[in-house]
Amino acid sequence: MNLTLKNLYDDFRDPKTIKALAELITQEAEKLDRPVNIMEVCGGHTHTIMKYGLKQLLPEKIRFIHGPGCPVCIMPKERIDHAYILAQQPDVILVTLGDMIKVPGSKGSLQQARSQGADVRFVYSPLDALKIARENPEKRVIFFAIGFETTTPMTAALIDRAEKLGVTNLLYHINHVTVPEVMRELIDSRDEHIDSYNNRIDAFIGPSHVSVIAGAKIYREFPERYGRPVVVSGFEPVDVMEGVLMLVRQFTQGRCELEIQYRRSVTMEGNLSAQRQIDKFFEKRELFKWRGLGNIPHSALKLREAYAHLDAEKVYGEQLPVEEIEDHKLCICGDILRGMAEPTECQVFGTACTPSKPLGSCMVSSEGACAAYYKYGDLLQRRSDR
Amino acid sequence: MKKTITLAQGNGGAENHALIKEIFWRHLGNEILDRGEDAAVLEALERPAFTTDSFTISPLFFPGGDIGKLSVCGTCNDLAMMGAQPRYLSLSVVIEEGFELRMLEKIVRSIKKELPHNDALIVSGDTKVVPRGTVDGLFITTSGIGERRCEGIGISQIQPGDAIVVSRDIGRHGAAIFAAREGMELESALESDCASLWPQVASLLEAGIKPHALRDATRGGLAAVLNEWAEANNLCIEVEEEEIPVSNEVRGICELLGFEPAFLANEGTFVLALDPADVPLALEILEAFPGGEEAMRIGEVKGDYPGKVVLNSPWGTRRFLDWPTGELLPRIC
Repeated sequence: MNLTLKNLYDDFRDPKTIKALAELITQEAEKLDRPVNIMEVCGGHTHTIMKYGLKQLLPEKIRFIHGPGCPVCIMPKERIDHAYILAQQPDVILVTLGDMIKVPGSKGSLQQARSQGADVRFVYSPLDALKIARENPEKRVIFFAIGFETTTPMTAALIDRAEKLGVTNLLYHINHVTVPEVMRELIDSRDEHIDSYNNRIDAFIGPSHVSVIAGAKIYREFPERYGRPVVVSGFEPVDVMEGVLMLVRQFTQGRCELEIQYRRSVTMEGNLSAQRQIDKFFEKRELFKWRGLGNIPHSALKLREAYAHLDAEKVYGEQLPVEEIEDHKLCICGDILRGMAEPTECQVFGTACTPSKPLGSCMVSSEGACAAYYKYGDLLQRRSDR
Repeated sequence: MKKTITLAQGNGGAENHALIKEIFWRHLGNEILDRGEDAAVLEALERPAFTTDSFTISPLFFPGGDIGKLSVCGTCNDLAMMGAQPRYLSLSVVIEEGFELRMLEKIVRSIKKELPHNDALIVSGDTKVVPRGTVDGLFITTSGIGERRCEGIGISQIQPGDAIVVSRDIGRHGAAIFAAREGMELESALESDCASLWPQVASLLEAGIKPHALRDATRGGLAAVLNEWAEANNLCIEVEEEEIPVSNEVRGICELLGFEPAFLANEGTFVLALDPADVPLALEILEAFPGGEEAMRIGEVKGDYPGKVVLNSPWGTRRFLDWPTGELLPRIC
């Protein structure tokens, strides 16, 4: 049989399977003596839950908290300003991925920079930046790299390929961030807000694509040290529902473990060769500011010193400001990214802040909680309403 | 050496005249156009409908069509959606200096080929040549006059209880353009649905079906049409996700890039709001046209959430199908 894309998702959206899982979760949840708050760390899961209306199938006792796992949402204005300024340097082509070009910084979005004459291009794969660099030898091409563990190997592969081919007009502005550090921050921090939030997280659904690269092992500390079970799940509705069932069963059976739902590609160890390539080019930053969450130690990567000549942050150091910028006063993206507030609790949600004119980052990205709420609504909160 | 368009060919003088004569009149000539007057003198139409549209597309040639075919289909389809038979079109072309003459002729041939499907004529035209870099190859504007064959088709006629039907599978044009523009190497036979819709509409009207509203689902796709209808009438349109026809190729591209098929453009697919009793015959008629075997009843007009479109999933959940917003960009992860 020829494997098509359709084969890859059809079974994972099978209505009978989804309904059967909903039934099993409901039966299992009846044994719970209190509600369970599950944080889906990744915006991809938020998107699935909203798009497929999964909340409507679940009993009252199962609650979702939307986490900080969207590479676009967590990008602070300072970094977007860097991209904006870099795009306007003479003879520069700024290249980045999808939604990033819509995010507003303090000076505007990359989309606005483009409308003012800057050469800003979005690509499907970082390797496309190499093609652009080779086709424009007289220009300097800057790849504005974003994303979690999932997209980091692609940036590493881009650097590796460019080095091997001797391409010298390609620079990098690295904004790769890592998942476990922000999860730890949410639980560990003694910040007044975050501490109160700490009492709300009971379990995590971990994103499968991160663990395809980094392995499920990155979450070991959460059940072991923090008493929070983690299930690494895929992004199809059946995956998310099965992940929830596995978590609920841990609670009813008195277990607290790291489990893998997405066994079709995730292992404990992950992709070791990708991890080696990441290590070759990148090292941890001391601090990285997350939009709405503040500075989190060791939560992002930068180019190693040996590649400083390729680092746009250093090459254009004099042009790039370092001052911190406050978010819009009315925007509560920070609380939403911490899971402390739901998008609908925001004063400007759907009025002054919409996907076509976003004030905050959670409304910009298709992975963002606000955008998902705005786009899909939340028609039937609970199955009992049906 | 390739023959290319020069600025001199847009000067209003001999070179300009030669270009118009050798390319446009040669292929599109008819009794009215051939008179070469400043304005076309037309016979009076009883119940005229008038529309205009500009076409800028990259790439100019795509699987299933080109900008020429598109410029005829787009304007004629706007007329057809009001139950009007397309009759007369104007054709205004802005060409970038350096554009290949061979390509221009190919586009004009394509215009010529599409006109008979609508029984329409080009009766007036204009050609401008602009310096290199000021337009992307070639832009076309077509205006059209048609004659209404049926009264009372329009958004305001939509009422609670109406059935919603799509004429074929959705999203083909948007997906084909995306694949062609981004050089995605997909091994598929995906083609744009670009086509003239008057023949379908004429067949429906001849069979005695009087749709309440018709709309070709162009930019913004099915989602934009349904939202426009729901908002204009403050009614709720409820559709069944499972019933919306989408080809495997289109679904594949949407999966890869994180798009929704209902947001992708169509150029030969239309949505009908009609009396539920008319649905079986309408589907039977649509089935006879290319792609029409996919025609489906996808939902109905209700009152639950005024001004909104609700999408019901096969596993019993519901959500809004909102307006598409902003530039379509692929998801990051």
